[in-house]
Amino acid sequence: MSAGEMSLTATIDRPRTARRNARRLRLALVGFVLPVGLGALWELAVHAGLSNGRLVPPPSVIFTTLWELARTGELWVHTKATVARVAAGFVLGVAAGTLFGALTGYSNFSRRILDPTLQALRSIPSIAWVPLFILWFGIFEESKVALIAVGVFFPVYLGVMEAILTVDRKIVEVGRAFRLSGPALVRRILLPAVLPSYIVSLRSGLGLGWMFVVAAELLGASEGLGFLLIDGQQLGKPAQIVAAIVAFAVIGKVTDWLIEISAAPLLRWQDAYGREAREA
Amino acid sequence: MLVLENVSKTYPNGVNALEGFTAKIRPGEIVAVIGGSGCGKSTLLRAIAGLDHATRGAITLDGDRITAPHEKIGIIFQEPRLLPWLNVADNVGFGLNDLPRPDREQRVAAALSRVGLADKARVWPRELSGGQAQRVAIARALVPQPEVLLLDEPFSALDAFTRRDLQDHLLDLWADTRPTLILVTHDVDEAVVLADRIFVMRPRPGRLFEEIPVYLARPRDRASELFEALKRRVLTALDRSLDRSVPDHQGKSVVGEGMWW
Ligand SMILES: Nc1ncnc2c1ncn2[C@@H]1O[C@H](COP(=O)(O)OP(=O)(O)OP(=O)(O)O)[C@@H](O)[C@H]1O
Ligand SMILES: [Mg+2]
Repeated sequence: MSAGEMSLTATIDRPRTARRNARRLRLALVGFVLPVGLGALWELAVHAGLSNGRLVPPPSVIFTTLWELARTGELWVHTKATVARVAAGFVLGVAAGTLFGALTGYSNFSRRILDPTLQALRSIPSIAWVPLFILWFGIFEESKVALIAVGVFFPVYLGVMEAILTVDRKIVEVGRAFRLSGPALVRRILLPAVLPSYIVSLRSGLGLGWMFVVAAELLGASEGLGFLLIDGQQLGKPAQIVAAIVAFAVIGKVTDWLIEISAAPLLRWQDAYGREAREA
Repeated sequence: MLVLENVSKTYPNGVNALEGFTAKIRPGEIVAVIGGSGCGKSTLLRAIAGLDHATRGAITLDGDRITAPHEKIGIIFQEPRLLPWLNVADNVGFGLNDLPRPDREQRVAAALSRVGLADKARVWPRELSGGQAQRVAIARALVPQPEVLLLDEPFSALDAFTRRDLQDHLLDLWADTRPTLILVTHDVDEAVVLADRIFVMRPRPGRLFEEIPVYLARPRDRASELFEALKRRVLTALDRSLDRSVPDHQGKSVVGEGMWW
């Protein structure tokens, strides 16, 4: 392609990208119509005296509560405690899930040995582990982190195993035809092939991590966003409960988004497809 | 010289896919393998590629016994099988990883312009048409300069027009370094256009039924009478190969023999 052609396509491309971005932004904003509308209606209803808003506080009260929590530094302390638990559990769960998933996906022998047991363990509702974990690890951080790690483990384990098992045999054969050694085959064919589903399983693992941190903190904690929930219930402060829920939603979304954007450069080769599908 | 000696393959499920296949293929020769579905063409090719093992017999290239993929043997499959996470240039350079980067880039660029896709170097495989993708696959297989190139119905998924275009293109590329080509095809026209020799196989168990030499100068005129005559000859052999009452008559027909048409 000549330089002239290149600059030509560039100038044609730029307004097109800008238009596409604007369109994407508009589409994203559409999603806000319902929650913002409902919030505004409720705010008006409380102001008009149709309800006292005690059990279901209006947005203004929730934001004031959040602001108060943030101002006193409490929000930061609780958020930090919760994020630290999720991070520790996530790292452990992902490490174990990846290891076992890779093992069972790669070798039929270890799959026959390990998978039935792991599947049986998976069918146990994870909360059922809590009493045992408390006996084993005590009532402090360890048992909470263990519970979160269990929650994260299974989606990652299943995702990695499935991804390896479903790698296109025909593409693996290309690697063999080019005489790649075992490690090179893993690095140049298997890893890139499983990456998209790996990212998906990390995201669902993280989702479960957030779910289980709430469970762990509800069952007894002296700090953490889950503690704010229980505290709000016991002291009859619904605004604090909703504020904590909002904090959970925001942090959960942000961490999920962090995984998504850090994976994006690696998945550029399939990106356009996903983007088109989402836009449609 | 590629030597196939009594190559046989029985799959674990008991299917006798290939039985006593013997042939000598000269360097630079173009061989087309043709035959009904399930007569062991792909099995033969995969054994030569070292992707599957023959259960009996031996395949040797210049005296080297082939038991695993060999550096001097390349293969092109029916589908392009490009790696979707590599752009076109990196796909073409996939087999050149041992080379220093500038060397690799230069050879990739040369190969891409040779298949007419120099402007697609930075494009993802999913953005290519079927014919373009297959041309990338051809470039990828040719860039390590194999002595033997195996092609398993490489153009069968393409429309007739693109297929012709790529056949001519393949011949051009072949002329550069003159590798041995072994081409599996269902298309009689393709076999007669490309090959120096046509192997007609017969099924159950898969074996060589007839060898038809093609003494036509290149470039070949698809409309010429001799071309038509050769096509008829291959078709007749194909018909006879599927007729179970016709006994095997292995071996090469003498030039001029069978000029009965
Ligand atoms: N992996 C396999 N396991 C068991 N049997 C197989 C396998 N691959 C092929 N076969 C059998 O071996 C025989 C030859 O198969 P092969 O794929 O070599 O045929 P082919 O000539 O390439 O056919 P086609 O023209 O349809 O591609 C067939 O009967 C097929 O069912
Ligand atoms: Mg086949």
